[in-house]
Amino acid sequence: MPKALVIRAPGTNCDMEMCRAFELAGAAVELVHLEALCAQPAAIATSDLIGFPGGFSYGDDIASGRIFAMKIRERLYPHLRDAAARGCPMIGACNGFQVLVQTGLLPGPAVGESWPEQPPSQRVALTDNQDARFHDRWVGMAYEASSSCIWTKGLDDGLDEAMRAVVHQLPVAHGEGRFVAANAAVLRALEQGGQVAARYTDNYNGSQGAIAGICDASGRIFGLMPHPERYLDWNRHPAWTRLPESVRKGETPGLRMFRNAVEAACEVGAGR
Amino acid sequence: MSTLHRIEVRTRQGASDPRAEAVHRRAKAAGLSVASVSSAKVYLLEGGLGAEALGKAASGLLADPVVEVATLGQAPASGAAVIEVHPLPGVMDPAAQSVREGLKTLLGVDVAVSTGVRYDLSGVGVDDAHAFASRELANGVVHQITKGAWTPSHLPKGHDYELKVGQVPLRDLTDEQLTKLSREAHLFLSLEEMKTIQAEYRRLGREPRDIELETLAQTWSEHCVHKTLKSRVRYREQGGQGVMNLAGRAGHATEPDGSVVIDNLLKRTVAAATFDLIAQGVDWTLSVFKDNSGVIALDDTWGVCIKVETHNHPSALEPYGGSATGIGGCIRDIIGTGLGAKPIASTDVFCVGFPNAWGEGAAALPPGTLHPRRILTDVVSGVRDYGNRMGIPTVNGAVHFNDRFVGNPLVFCGCIGLIPRTHVKGGAKAGDRIIALGGRTGRDGIHGATFSSAELESTAASEFSHAVQIGNAIEEKRTLDAILRARAAGLYHGITDCGAGGFSSAVGEMGAELGAQVELERAPLKYAGLSYTEIWISEAQERMVLAVAPDKVPAMAKICEEEGVELADLGVFGTPGAELILRYKGVEVGRMPMRLLHEGIPQPLREATWSAPKAQTAPVTAPATGEALRSLLSHPNIASKHWIVRQYDHEVQGNTVVKPLCGPGGRGPSDAAVIEPVAGSGRGVALGCGLQIHGGVPSTNHVSQRTYGGDPYLTTLAGIDECVRNLVCTGADPTRIAILDNFCWPSCEKPENLGTLVRAAEACYDGAMAYRTPFVSGKDSLNNQLRYQDPATGEKRVIEIPPTLLITGMGIVQDVNKAVTMDAKSPGNALLLVGRTTGDIGGSHFAQLFGDNGAPFPRTDLKVGPATAKAVASCIAQGLVKAAHDCSDGGMLVAVAEMLIATTGAGKPLGAALSIDPGSLKAWELAFAETPSRYVLEVAACDVAKVRTLLGDVPHAMLGTVDATGELTWPQASLRASVDDLAKAWLTPLAW
Repeated sequence: MPKALVIRAPGTNCDMEMCRAFELAGAAVELVHLEALCAQPAAIATSDLIGFPGGFSYGDDIASGRIFAMKIRERLYPHLRDAAARGCPMIGACNGFQVLVQTGLLPGPAVGESWPEQPPSQRVALTDNQDARFHDRWVGMAYEASSSCIWTKGLDDGLDEAMRAVVHQLPVAHGEGRFVAANAAVLRALEQGGQVAARYTDNYNGSQGAIAGICDASGRIFGLMPHPERYLDWNRHPAWTRLPESVRKGETPGLRMFRNAVEAACEVGAGR
Repeated sequence: MSTLHRIEVRTRQGASDPRAEAVHRRAKAAGLSVASVSSAKVYLLEGGLGAEALGKAASGLLADPVVEVATLGQAPASGAAVIEVHPLPGVMDPAAQSVREGLKTLLGVDVAVSTGVRYDLSGVGVDDAHAFASRELANGVVHQITKGAWTPSHLPKGHDYELKVGQVPLRDLTDEQLTKLSREAHLFLSLEEMKTIQAEYRRLGREPRDIELETLAQTWSEHCVHKTLKSRVRYREQGGQGVMNLAGRAGHATEPDGSVVIDNLLKRTVAAATFDLIAQGVDWTLSVFKDNSGVIALDDTWGVCIKVETHNHPSALEPYGGSATGIGGCIRDIIGTGLGAKPIASTDVFCVGFPNAWGEGAAALPPGTLHPRRILTDVVSGVRDYGNRMGIPTVNGAVHFNDRFVGNPLVFCGCIGLIPRTHVKGGAKAGDRIIALGGRTGRDGIHGATFSSAELESTAASEFSHAVQIGNAIEEKRTLDAILRARAAGLYHGITDCGAGGFSSAVGEMGAELGAQVELERAPLKYAGLSYTEIWISEAQERMVLAVAPDKVPAMAKICEEEGVELADLGVFGTPGAELILRYKGVEVGRMPMRLLHEGIPQPLREATWSAPKAQTAPVTAPATGEALRSLLSHPNIASKHWIVRQYDHEVQGNTVVKPLCGPGGRGPSDAAVIEPVAGSGRGVALGCGLQIHGGVPSTNHVSQRTYGGDPYLTTLAGIDECVRNLVCTGADPTRIAILDNFCWPSCEKPENLGTLVRAAEACYDGAMAYRTPFVSGKDSLNNQLRYQDPATGEKRVIEIPPTLLITGMGIVQDVNKAVTMDAKSPGNALLLVGRTTGDIGGSHFAQLFGDNGAPFPRTDLKVGPATAKAVASCIAQGLVKAAHDCSDGGMLVAVAEMLIATTGAGKPLGAALSIDPGSLKAWELAFAETPSRYVLEVAACDVAKVRTLLGDVPHAMLGTVDATGELTWPQASLRASVDDLAKAWLTPLAW
């Protein structure tokens, strides 16, 4: 059974649901405190998947994910770089996404390039929503068919357009989720490199390109502001009492993402 | 030699700055002609930092390289008015703690930090800018608001403290002197209590030491001991309308003059219901009234616990900090239940003045009060910032507007928790160490307990600013993480939170039977200079006290270190003779028997009177049905609260099954929320409330002291019924509902106010017995009024709040997959009105808007109400109900409109054709009366017969049919309205 490492910090608060997501998807989970991991980073090398959950790490008082990301850059980067290089799937949701972009693990090196020795400089940011407010709501998602992201593969299968609009929603809950690229070239490279994995159908927070989530060039490291780990059961859908029984069968799109990653990790593991 | 460094961080040129834009909008709304606004975060760092270190701090920690730039020192103002806001010295600055921690990792140095915000407002004078900032952006109670940048030479530090044991001579004081001492020392003890203390120390043959007197004041405060509700009361009534029957009740003695003496009001009413129900076979309560929250069974393995508190007075002075520390404190009550529960959901209810009735162009605000809009905005922000950071979904709430809340708003904060049934009971054992976890102790929050027990005065902001605090959620989250680990490892025997009274209450309660010896200098302090008394009674936030066996302390310390939580060993539980012994650096500074603290409080006989108000009926001028409906939908009490709900994370932990807003567009106002505490288990908990305000509502813009008709006995029953209805509508099992009481009353020194309290309490007994809903916990706040001098006339005035009872309920949902939401589902389905409507519109929103608030109030039938709830629940349990919504504020037609509005926001909404005949009622009575015990059910046409059979004797009628027209029609009331238009009327008023 592949092992998923879920990294929490003081203020992380979506760790239990991320652990459940990995478990339901068929992984064994180790939940570890960031400070403990900094002291003993070996756990990264023995993990098949890595999760960065949501929350308000270290209070998010300076900016979201800032201290968590700084500690990773200072203490853990080489270990995570090695994991990335060997194709270990990683996910950062909400605060985890904010951490991944500030560590440089997202968007990561361009296609064909290898991971640098030092943490890559930050090229995209997740900053104040355009109305400067915290929003909790479910928002429609569009998954890019052309993206190389392994997490979002096949989510549209078997769904017509009308059903996609109903089923492909994810909950968001953040005040700092507006996606901004450092410049037009960065944005263009993401778009052209298949690294834009998910967009909002209603761009409530003013993100460039309505971008909700991106992946690295390999498609295995995925970050998004919405919370797929809050959509593991059909009865978490905001209008599930209206959904026909026939739709509420099988795995939810949230769980499918984790299943995709666990399956991808198994393939890596088999070849290791 | 350390220096003070300044770093400013602002948005990169050309990038948008939503925070500054939001301030700009607020400035414009406040009538300030500001050309532009920019803002910067300000970091003041004191310590030996070189240029390279400062650069690394700026680029590696403080500024985002993509969207921000950092300036070392002060950027030029370029002609704009500069206003800077920093926390006052001693006020919690969570960002400063984060920066300090971050810099330790990044630079390996420990520096002192203060953070602030700089606003550059161009096109406006600095005085106007300062006035605006003071009114809208900051609060002088907790912030210093400077014109221009704040450039101190050093950050404020603590000072040395020299031990001096103080005594308070009171053995020889006269009654007048005792009264004066009680008020001036902020003890807020009654003369009788002061005399009891005097007698005790005369007996001991010495004067009390300062810390002893303070300990008594904290422990005996209304806030901590509920002395009014627990007191003996003589109740007399005139013209009770025969509604309430006290004959033969335990603890109630009828005197020859017809008055009734109740030996302990709380015990003989609210608590009596619970114990009588348990005696009658209600076997699913696990812990009631004894602990920090009440616990009931969820299933064979788990219990769920619930607590709701108020934080009214702090929120009047500093709404943001007041509500945040309110929810923070209530969360700690959950953590401090049994051997520790995990908080899983929160509820928040606010009562404020009407926002449009006060301030410019309306009535002058009483001196010393904040504008209702500011209060509401800030209390919402406080709950948002604390609840969201804690990772606890805020799933339920309500807001009620009434002008008599203008000086004394109400802030109710509630939380529920999940606890293993094996962990419901705990307690300190003799020899256990007194272990404090969490935040450091500071001078903040001194006298919170006594302050909240006194009435508010217009000078409170200056006199009691020390009782107001800013919370630090992340500290509490760390502490929670550590405690859940320690619980799993079985490392402690007992736990409680430091709330009102601080260590004095926490240690006093845990050691009530055993005694305790405390070494006060061992408490970690935020800054030097606190006296031993300040350490003992400080209500600094985010602290818990645990009883840990000495051999378990090292394991406890290890967990705390890993979680980044500070641990302090304050002393030991268990002393010979069960005394409380307080020491500071080896010197005894206080010693008193626990018995005096917990049993010594005198119980005077309090007088309560009630005379039924005379009905003052007035003719109703009913507008056309559609117009009345739109007006009601736009009434702030009824209008959509999405502006608030969407700011709260109501889905963190991933278990929210029925969300506060439902329907395809997420607009429908759910009756209650349902969560599945153990994911995947199928078992749910519904959380809802009933809020009833006694005394009607003045409809004019001035504060009326006139009490409208109505009887708190009836409003209380209506509140219990409303709470049950809300829970049942989402699928809760009515035989598994536990409730809580939160009485918020004006001063009960006044017999009339105690009289209304008695009636409400007696109704709690009757209501709980009838619905078989045990009270499992509760909390009261009994001095809610503002005393001030009218600046125009010099007149002395008191604004009493209307007596307000919040009933919060928690109901078990046997199968979350059978939960129901209130949004209308499909064309062709039938709508049924369950319950009988009467024409008694007293107290209704319709009466408030269109006259006759003196009309008779509706009565809750204690046979029909519970039977109706049960019948509706069985229809839902059998899967026969597509949507259910309770008829509450605004009545039946508002309920139907809301069910349809819930389908807007996602294409064309559903409509409904009502066909019910008003019969002997006027159409507006059937439409808008707020008769209790009524529900609107949507049922598939093929299931109507089954549902009607299940309803049996319960009164019900066919209301109409759901259709696809997008219109609500009712020919018998000449109604034809577009659902989209109704939605607009409902969504707009509070879309702030």
